[in-house]
Amino acid sequence: MSNLVDVENLWVRFPTRTGVFDAVRGISFSLGKERLGIVGESGSGKSMTGRALLRLIRRPGIVEADRMEILGQDIMAMPEKAMRQLRGRDISMVMQDPKYSLNPVMRVGEQIVEALSIHEKVDRKLARQKALDMLEAVVIRDPERVFAAYPHELSGGMGQRVMIAMMLIANPKILIADEPTSALDVSVQIQVLEIMDKLVRERGMGLIFISHDLRLVSNFCDRILIMYGGRIVEICESGKLEEAKHPYTRGLLNSMPQLTIKKDRLETLDRDPAWRDQESVSGIL
Amino acid sequence: MSLVQQTEKQNMRAWLLAEVPTSRHHARMAAWYQNWLALKRNTLAMAGLGILVAVIIIAIFAPILAPHDPFTQDLANRLKPLGFADHLLGTDSLGRDILSRLLYGSRITLYIVTLVAIIAPIMGLIVGTISGYVGGWVDVVLMRITDIFLAFPKLVLALAFVAALGAGIENAVLAISLTAWPPYARIARAETLTIRKSDFIQAIKLQGAGPIRIITKHIWPLCISSIVIRVTLDMAGVILTAAGLGFLGLGAQPPSPEWGAMISGGRKFILDHWWVATMPGIAIFMVSLAFNLLGDGLRDVLDPKESGR
Amino acid sequence: MKKALELIDLNVWFGEGADRVDAVKSVSFSVRQGDSFGLVGESGSGKSTVLRAVTGLVPYWNGTILVDQKELGAKRDKHFYKTVQMVFQDPYASLHPRHTVDRVLSETLQLHGFKDIDSKIPKLLDDVGLGASFRFRYPHQLSGGQRQRVAIARALAPEPKILLLDEPTSALDVSVQAEILNLLSELRAEHNLTYVMVSHDLAVVGHMCDNVAVMQHGELVEMMTVDKMRNQQADHPYSRHLLESSARYRA
Repeated sequence: MSNLVDVENLWVRFPTRTGVFDAVRGISFSLGKERLGIVGESGSGKSMTGRALLRLIRRPGIVEADRMEILGQDIMAMPEKAMRQLRGRDISMVMQDPKYSLNPVMRVGEQIVEALSIHEKVDRKLARQKALDMLEAVVIRDPERVFAAYPHELSGGMGQRVMIAMMLIANPKILIADEPTSALDVSVQIQVLEIMDKLVRERGMGLIFISHDLRLVSNFCDRILIMYGGRIVEICESGKLEEAKHPYTRGLLNSMPQLTIKKDRLETLDRDPAWRDQESVSGIL
Repeated sequence: MSLVQQTEKQNMRAWLLAEVPTSRHHARMAAWYQNWLALKRNTLAMAGLGILVAVIIIAIFAPILAPHDPFTQDLANRLKPLGFADHLLGTDSLGRDILSRLLYGSRITLYIVTLVAIIAPIMGLIVGTISGYVGGWVDVVLMRITDIFLAFPKLVLALAFVAALGAGIENAVLAISLTAWPPYARIARAETLTIRKSDFIQAIKLQGAGPIRIITKHIWPLCISSIVIRVTLDMAGVILTAAGLGFLGLGAQPPSPEWGAMISGGRKFILDHWWVATMPGIAIFMVSLAFNLLGDGLRDVLDPKESGR
Repeated sequence: MKKALELIDLNVWFGEGADRVDAVKSVSFSVRQGDSFGLVGESGSGKSTVLRAVTGLVPYWNGTILVDQKELGAKRDKHFYKTVQMVFQDPYASLHPRHTVDRVLSETLQLHGFKDIDSKIPKLLDDVGLGASFRFRYPHQLSGGQRQRVAIARALAPEPKILLLDEPTSALDVSVQAEILNLLSELRAEHNLTYVMVSHDLAVVGHMCDNVAVMQHGELVEMMTVDKMRNQQADHPYSRHLLESSARYRA
């Protein structure tokens, strides 16, 4: 089976006044037709990994890798024009806050149609129909109304569904979701995630789900990479989260308060400096 | 440099770059040093700063540097070209040495720039922050007054003030300041409106702080950087307005070697004796450019949106 | 037990005339001294606005607010700010970017008329688990958790009786959240504080509080004890919905 994404020895570096800061330090993983979670706390390098895959790291940031392939194409050497083609058509990304990812002065429908017409030559009518179908697919009850609405007229959950519709309309094979629901209320989060999950399954896509929330990710992913200090410290199968061995993973699990269990004190995480120096675990299939 | 001095310098540097400041003074010095390092990396800004430092040194040591007395007339040697005898930049229509007059003129330029740079931003800061923080009818009144000032072209308004107050450098400074403050008021108000709602202002309110303390101790420090940037960018305009007033005979009065007045004096001979008007023009251009370069550099360093993290 | 805080028929609105939005509608509850009270709800439910009304940070409100059984007037006085303090949600926004930790704390102490400021600051920093080495740092030299500790130290500086906590950990990583929640629990026991905590996270409120009120669209729909909440025994359909979502989310 060929993988959708292959990454070997990926480094993301940022030069600063006091020296070079390594945000991602030599990680390797691949993505099959599966749902892959990347979990870590702020500063773990999880978002930088997602951005590096889309080549969205801006200068002065530096991306290095022995191999970085999407659908078998080497993206390290790819010209920017071909990369733009790849984004949206083959791989797209849903960001944290729909408020900042949608153009505030353009109607929602037009933005979805535009996302489609960049990659395909379609006539207006067909594009509109496709956009409406897509809105329906993300469980928006009144697609016509949302189509004609401006982003500020939508609630957060609605906005994020629109984002998902926009990102999936060109039928990409890979979706990267970077904290797609962190800005939403809990009950809305689940709806949005379930919609995303269903679409990804139906279309046989690969999903990379980046989040700080280990339990949430374990619900929606087949495999989870746990990142700490720019490296992968452990890889878990989703059902076997409780069997996780690395003290960091255990610490993340235990430090979360749980509604059903009464504790006087929450467990805290003692960060062992040695974790940073451990070899990165390979996530290659 | 001796070894002792060298280690001393290194110690100083380490002290300034310390991650853990040990006193109020230390924290402040370290913050300043970080900004200085950031500014130092910007070559163009450093060039601008260099020119300005040079101008200040020239202004201080003008009597030593000037080869001639700027006011001594020598009608026999009027309108002599560059390099004539010991007149490096030639002489003007009354035979005065242009280089000496330029050197002395830097004092007037700096005088005007400094005064305007103090009066206008402070006026603007006070009006803008009060307007933005208090809001309501105070805001409406203050902002309409600002609008009225903004509605006139600067030079025309300055002209009107000088005409009313009488010609002279002091009045020119006053007139320029009166026309220059409204943009600062606008900036300060806009900044205040965003700062006013932030949590750290709410937090200090919860400690029972009154409006005067909040404006002066919490809002001003955040407005000042954007105003300093704007001031340096505006200084070129101020020099030009001062020169314009001088040119029109409403600023510095003869025989004072104000650069604008010098251009005005050389205007009559511009075709046959180009240097008389051109040399002060180059001086104005250099100083204006220096302020602009420095302002651009300062914006990169001081912009609160950048320095938040 | 004495009531530390009581709200009777609190209404808060923004704007006037046709633009009027009612953010809080007729909310009443009381918190006993030494208790920890939780307000839960989704965004826009008005839970944070309740806290802001108590502290006097909203322009339009009516109803009765009693602190220590004394009714509050339109303006909050110095004594009120010595009794009630608040910790804000976003530690990146609640500290002045150009003020050092020292300045933040000394200004607070000075405003409340304390004399021995220089000896109090190390004590406060120690209370929130920060060493003296943090005293002269700027906010950008601190992590999110450290900033929130500074914000807690600032709220503790006037030695208040009631601490209002507005989503104090929602901007932090889970492991840091655990540290801050533990710190808050310790401080409550140590200083005999009364907490009113607003959160969207039922698990956090469940961990911290004794009693919980559920808000929806500006109204208080249900009050229950934490044990009831833990056993999923809510009466109101909306509370049940919240509890179910939360349970599914963590499943």
